[in-house]
Amino acid sequence: MADSALQNVPSVYEPSLFGTYSKKIGMWLFLLSDTLTFGALLYAYSYGRISTPDWPTPFHSASIINATVMTAFLLTSSLTMVLAVRASVHRDAKAQMIWLLATMLCGTGFIVLHGREWSNLIAEGLSLPMFPKVPGHEAAAEFVNVSKTVPQFAATFFGLTGMHMLHVTLGVIYLGVVALRRKFIPILLVLWLVAWLGTPAYSPFHYGAHVLLIAAIVCGIILWLKPKVYDSSDVEVAGLYWHFVDLVWMFIFPLVYLMSAKIL
Amino acid sequence: MDTFQQALAEQVAEQHRHHGKALFFWVWGALLVMTAIEVYLTYQSMPPVKMLAILLGLSFIKAALIIGYFMHLKYEVSRMKWLTMCSVVACLILMTIFFFPDARRIIELGVK
Repeated sequence: MADSALQNVPSVYEPSLFGTYSKKIGMWLFLLSDTLTFGALLYAYSYGRISTPDWPTPFHSASIINATVMTAFLLTSSLTMVLAVRASVHRDAKAQMIWLLATMLCGTGFIVLHGREWSNLIAEGLSLPMFPKVPGHEAAAEFVNVSKTVPQFAATFFGLTGMHMLHVTLGVIYLGVVALRRKFIPILLVLWLVAWLGTPAYSPFHYGAHVLLIAAIVCGIILWLKPKVYDSSDVEVAGLYWHFVDLVWMFIFPLVYLMSAKIL
Repeated sequence: MDTFQQALAEQVAEQHRHHGKALFFWVWGALLVMTAIEVYLTYQSMPPVKMLAILLGLSFIKAALIIGYFMHLKYEVSRMKWLTMCSVVACLILMTIFFFPDARRIIELGVK
């Protein structure tokens, strides 16, 4: 049926070089460029690590378990995403919505766990100069000098995982727009208020929450300028982005966490 | 989206309709099992270089499963597969060319 549809198209169109629609090719090209961004960050992390003799290994069992659960969340979200794509091509709108929301839920779980881990590390003294001091917290002995003697660790750890967390956050927003369209904007604004007012002023998430406000404004403008019902091709393209953030984590998890585990 | 793009999207959707759910569950299970193996290996006393090689090997297998099955690249036309993968691998090789000589020098000569 699809082939006959293609044959009926006027011949002014050139055949697609890659046998697929342009949106998908555009997303693949973006993902290839993003691969290089993360590749550069991972190489910077690795370079910092091998050139620093006293590289800290701060991740205790609790951190490793936390990161493993985060990994399971992301892997499960990829499964639910692929099921959402499958439901969309079968034109099962209800199943598509359920699987997209499940994917967003897993992504949000990942962000919450990651945010909690960041907060614990910052409270224990692992910090960047740009982060405000945490009042009333004594730095843990192992972190007292890490930020001063091995500043590469905190810089590369927060840089790499922060960039990934930003990608996951934007992925959840992207899926929210595809699943709920305009209805997602007020939800996003409520999430922004909760994240902004619910985090203490010294937390990096207090000002990081404004990403949600910026996203709400940008999504609002896009949906106002070009309101549309997203079809299976949009769900598939969103899925490509989502699987990519999962893919990147498959390298961050072993390189950053498992190779820096504290084995007692 | 114009008529031609819609026809292409419909053609791609038609390809997707033939994939059963079971395959995706198998891939997901394999990814979870490999993650569990990685975590298990972390707690084994192993030389760091050997452990890094195993972890990276598993990561590449996981990446291939995600790209091939979840991102559907396995079912794309050959031109798409080869052009995307060759270009990204070539760029990563370029980064590696700059990374490894220094890495080796540091490991052999030290950082001072």
